[in-house]
Amino acid sequence: MENCMDKKVRKETKEILSKFKKSKDYLIMILEEVQSKFGYIPQVSQMEISEYLDIPVAEIYGVVTFYSRFTTKPKGKYNVSVCLGTACFVKGSKAILERAKQKLGLEEGETSKDGKFSLDSTRCVGACGLAPVFTINNEVYGKATVKKLDEVIDEYMKKD
Amino acid sequence: MKTIEELHKIGEEKRKELELRVNTNLDIREKHILVCHGTGCTSSKSPEILNNFNKIIKKKKLTNVRAIMTGCFGICSKGPIVIIRPENTFYSMVTPDDCEEIIEKDIIKGERVERLLCKDVTGKMVERLNDLDFYKKQKRIALKNCGVINPEDIDEYLAFDGYKALEKVLKEMSQDDVIKEVTDSGLRGRGGAGFPTGKKWSFVKIEEAKQKYVVCNADEGDPGAFMDRSILEGDPHCVIESMIIAGYAVGANKGYIYVRAEYPIAVHRLEVAIKQAKSYGLLGKKIMGTDFNFDLEIRLGAGAFVCGEETALLESIEGKRGQPRLKPPYPAHSGLWGCPTLINNVETYANITRIILNGAKWYSSIGTETSKGTKVFALGGDVNNVGLVEVPMGTTLREIVFDIGGGIPNGRKFKAAQTGGPSGGCIPEEHLDTPIDYESLSNIDSMMGSGGLIVMDDSKCMVNIAKFYLEFTVSESCGKCTPCRIGTKRMLELLQKICEGKAKEEDLTNLKNLALGIKKASVCGLGQTAPNPVLSTMKYFEDEYKEHIIDKKCRAKECKELTQIVIDKEKCKGCDLCKKACPVSAISGEPGKVHEIDQSKCIKCRTCLQKCPFKAIG
Repeated sequence: MENCMDKKVRKETKEILSKFKKSKDYLIMILEEVQSKFGYIPQVSQMEISEYLDIPVAEIYGVVTFYSRFTTKPKGKYNVSVCLGTACFVKGSKAILERAKQKLGLEEGETSKDGKFSLDSTRCVGACGLAPVFTINNEVYGKATVKKLDEVIDEYMKKD
Repeated sequence: MKTIEELHKIGEEKRKELELRVNTNLDIREKHILVCHGTGCTSSKSPEILNNFNKIIKKKKLTNVRAIMTGCFGICSKGPIVIIRPENTFYSMVTPDDCEEIIEKDIIKGERVERLLCKDVTGKMVERLNDLDFYKKQKRIALKNCGVINPEDIDEYLAFDGYKALEKVLKEMSQDDVIKEVTDSGLRGRGGAGFPTGKKWSFVKIEEAKQKYVVCNADEGDPGAFMDRSILEGDPHCVIESMIIAGYAVGANKGYIYVRAEYPIAVHRLEVAIKQAKSYGLLGKKIMGTDFNFDLEIRLGAGAFVCGEETALLESIEGKRGQPRLKPPYPAHSGLWGCPTLINNVETYANITRIILNGAKWYSSIGTETSKGTKVFALGGDVNNVGLVEVPMGTTLREIVFDIGGGIPNGRKFKAAQTGGPSGGCIPEEHLDTPIDYESLSNIDSMMGSGGLIVMDDSKCMVNIAKFYLEFTVSESCGKCTPCRIGTKRMLELLQKICEGKAKEEDLTNLKNLALGIKKASVCGLGQTAPNPVLSTMKYFEDEYKEHIIDKKCRAKECKELTQIVIDKEKCKGCDLCKKACPVSAISGEPGKVHEIDQSKCIKCRTCLQKCPFKAIG
């Protein structure tokens, strides 16, 4: 029996698919939409896409794992991402990443057990004028210091 | 759908309205408040600022004032930026709460809000944008409209000669005429390698095929580079117009813009611009009443650096893993779905409309013997004015770093400038007077690259920088060929050994041999250039490598295993500031007594160093 979660994902994936022509070159565009809808690319979605575009699931999985924007694991409610682009690196973003790991008790790419936080590093968000930069979901925190990171994460810890 | 006459009319009428954007000496009552909406300023709340301006304008019923979003002004470190036209008054680091005061004081009373005026490096107050030293040596061709027009309004683009180049091409020029003009201009690919653009166009044109494609490479993956993003965000129509011209010249009727999904603002502006161009009949069938058809679609990149390599990019557009193809055949012969394909970079396209309108002769009069025109750089790192600069080829690195960039902050010394990102090299002080062009940069073991220019001060460890770039290439290697997949990993391991103080002298020889082998044997540009940051730092900063290996010392104190941050017992006054500042509670000591750092807890974040008023920590 398919559980309700899978059913919902299947239905919503189909809705996304209906916007695209059945052409293989839309695969990455479709995956982008699926990722932004669910925050990751569920297996059920990959199977739906496979059927729709007539591509083996293995090939879709190959594409999903090739591109760093796509993930097969759900991210936390608050995704902390530290920029490791060159401009940020030169301004000391490694120390900020180290502190984020320590503070959240997570390694890069991990999500906390309660699903509240996840930690990532990213290559250049394009806000080099504000380096070093970290982001939490869509919020950008520029001219960051270890202390500022602490304060911001403490704020988020208090949230639900 | 609009006729050419209608387009002219829209452009001319809009131009009258917008004259105050480019002419500071107008005696009129109108004011335009320009609010930067580039990525940098947007992330520090510029949309909220624009919103507030609009609310206040409405509330106060100011009929002669408009607030408008624009693309990047270039000086990102001073953002969010607000400019008042026609005076060109420049307000920096504006917050949403400042809007009321700007309207009250500047717009209504005609006074300056002094506290928001920017100070230059010497502390002098700067009132107008063009008074900043930052702009004095710049020449804006590719960025001409950035910061002047609203990128989401095609009419504003039309007001500044928009789609006039396309009109000229379709009305007066044959395919060969266009290619000749581009060839004569001397324009070379701005993506990094510098291949002559006109030649590339002619290769695609001579192919006989039912279907050809034009592609724009907007997969700007070099970390620390944001030239292409700023062009797309500030002037998307100029890229679209140039792609239509390219399509006409090479005989293609379909184009793709491959842009990073990490650039949501650029993607959005492109979508808006394509939609507007379609509704005006500038994309689609029978463009400007001729028999020429051209259509354009966006394809998103999904975070793979290797997709900036042209054949990997084509694979990705086709919906596959972005792994490069073997060359030849080159894309000009067999590209997208096996059809002849023209691929150029965003900045290359951004030059095309100006070349067509002003002529090849004008363009080739700018720059050096072998490199014509201008180049846009994303200036970042340890430099006072971080931002986007466009300079004529032949400008020296010293001029960019010191005259435009305002030098190194915090009283530190210049150590190196890195160009070309993970494919380029680090340039030491002795080569600062090198004029920027394709040849002279490769002569000093770096490369032009796409335009990332990162400045490093003397607190940076060059071995650590080389390691940083290698970490990047290792994680971005697509895995197709062995030299890149395994070779770069082995190089990284050697660099890690050096940074941890575990390396022997022979490791340096191994590192160099490995690097040279990878350069020769890799399939694509990513692998062939990946060793460059290591080779150039080994050449110019060999003593630092040796220090790590022989003396087990990192002079910049960046390599953790070779560094301890300690408190000087003589100098410590026990003020407790470091203890309070330490985020990991690694510092202990009673107030008034000498403090101590617990090395097992210390994360070397250097917060304490900055806090200590007695310079007792180092």
